[in-house]
Amino acid sequence: MLSMSRITKFYKGMNLTLFTFVIVFLYIPIAILVIFSFNDAKIITTWKGFTLKYYQQLLQNDNIIEAFKNTMLIAGLSTLISTLIGVLTALGLENKHFKGRNHLLALIYVPLVIPDILMGVSLALLFNFTRVNTGMFTVLIAHITFCVSYTIIVIQARLEGFDYSLVEAAMDLGAKPATIFFKIKLPLMLPGIIAAALLAFTLSIDDFIITFFTSGRGFNTLPIYVEGTIRRGTITTINSLSTLMIAFTLFLVVISRRIHKTIISSL
Amino acid sequence: MDELRIENLSKDYDGFLAVDNVSLTIQPGELYSFLGPSGCGKTTLLRMIAGFEIPRTGRIYLGGQDITDLPPYKRPVNTIFQNYSLFPHMNVFDNVAFGLRIKKVPKTEIKDRVRKMLTLVKMEDQAAKYPSQLSGGQKQRIAIARALINEPKLLLLDEPLAALDLKLRQHMLIELMNIHDAVGITFIYVTHDQSEAMSISDRMAVMQNGNIVQSGLPDDIYERPTSIFSAYFIGETNLITGEVIGIEDEYVQLRCHRGNGEYFEIDSTFHFPPTLGSKLTVSLRPEKIAITRSKPRNQDDFNILRGTIEDILYVGTHTQYIVRVGDLKFRVFSQHKRVYFDEKALDWDEEVWLFWHDTDSWLINEVPDGVEASVEPRSLPQRASRKGIPAEV
Repeated sequence: MLSMSRITKFYKGMNLTLFTFVIVFLYIPIAILVIFSFNDAKIITTWKGFTLKYYQQLLQNDNIIEAFKNTMLIAGLSTLISTLIGVLTALGLENKHFKGRNHLLALIYVPLVIPDILMGVSLALLFNFTRVNTGMFTVLIAHITFCVSYTIIVIQARLEGFDYSLVEAAMDLGAKPATIFFKIKLPLMLPGIIAAALLAFTLSIDDFIITFFTSGRGFNTLPIYVEGTIRRGTITTINSLSTLMIAFTLFLVVISRRIHKTIISSL
Repeated sequence: MDELRIENLSKDYDGFLAVDNVSLTIQPGELYSFLGPSGCGKTTLLRMIAGFEIPRTGRIYLGGQDITDLPPYKRPVNTIFQNYSLFPHMNVFDNVAFGLRIKKVPKTEIKDRVRKMLTLVKMEDQAAKYPSQLSGGQKQRIAIARALINEPKLLLLDEPLAALDLKLRQHMLIELMNIHDAVGITFIYVTHDQSEAMSISDRMAVMQNGNIVQSGLPDDIYERPTSIFSAYFIGETNLITGEVIGIEDEYVQLRCHRGNGEYFEIDSTFHFPPTLGSKLTVSLRPEKIAITRSKPRNQDDFNILRGTIEDILYVGTHTQYIVRVGDLKFRVFSQHKRVYFDEKALDWDEEVWLFWHDTDSWLINEVPDGVEASVEPRSLPQRASRKGIPAEV
């Protein structure tokens, strides 16, 4: 018979093994990528010494700089617009008596589960059908389209738990509706808004499929550029580019946690 | 002066009449309570005064000004909410300063007044804390400070102590009374707790089904309830139904059925003209009844009954006896002062004498539906008819 301690030991062992596997599969590829971005060799399989030359190449490559600018522009604009739409929609959905509210909510949820490829193809068809020239504008529209669902849901979740008596309390203390919105409601929604914006931003910068279908020729974002370059076989600059992107994402995560902490502590 | 006058106020929600044609006047500086069970309309009435609900009919006047149609932010009225509703993203200082900042009061004055207010509620050293760092009682104090700093003509308190535990509740009650004395403005206090209302109020209104059943001084309502509902809701009482068989000077004689075709008589004072042969109810407070083993000597001004102790509940400050008289059960409270009566404690199944002064039986012009006597059932009689009771103060 197995004793209790042996069973717990068994589970502990299992846990540790699983944990190790997860860590290995999650982080080893990233670690390899980062390490080899400093590798002084054309072929990535062998280590030939430390170098920063690919980072130099990266900064001198106008295509990459261009793609980076495009990505940031699209991400920034789509974040801004989709967050704004998210705030307004969530506020509108607050009215529980609003007819068709549940249907609208269902419609908002759908894009979350639709495969990206479907979304990309359908948007491409739409732009083709309406004879809109593909390019920055269509990519922006596409990004806003898939970000909006996320921003609405995140902000709406925040509003769901909103204590309406705070609005009454503010009114009671002499605040008019506009003051109540800016002094009470907006500050309390802010964590939700920031979370929504960060989500939209990350979704936008790393989107490949939908961008691929809606960008047409000549408008590259980073993911599109990376895919194209790898297809042509030059992987070395991509390693350094990816490393920079990882650093940037980590920076974003740290910032968002910092913001979140300050807001949470004030709540 | 800024008296609050409510005229024929009604409010319904989808046909359900929450407040039914209520009129009352509250004097300036008064601490007035609305008391009633949940769903009696007391909170709706309060919310209409605050401006959160729009009455269907009726007017509200404050200091002669009609405020019925004013939005909440234009009324010189402030509210303490049941869950305090402090702004979670502002610290104590900013919470209290909120009203003044809206009014664009100069910064130095705000600082001054907030400090004074925090001192009044004994929270002067907590200004930098956030609501989440405060205890229930402290939140309560901040809510009071935040409301009072606006110098309202009227402070509304919606079950302000409901969320606090018993000891703290009693403490805050005294605190509230002190604050009321200090600021001297009118307080309207909504509660379902009768002891809270009795101890804090200058005057109070007992509400039921959207109506004011009785209003007046707390002791007046307790000693002289005009309906079975107020007798039953405020404190505990024995209700005995009987037929008027004699009227003599200021006394009325009632014949009450004790079961098995046996009757006993009760003498009672009256405050309305009873008619011979009519059925009425006597309300008899349990603490007014004396309970002894030996027969009382003075029998002239007393009602005397013989019964059997069925149950004894020791409550610390007093003992509750359930005494069976025929089919009726009497609830009797006896304080532990056995020097006056028997030395030995009464026991279960013991034969005892119950007696009380004639003036302690209080006549109510109403017959309870299906309730013969007091102790059981414990549920409140529903929608007692209100014959001959003035709805107004």
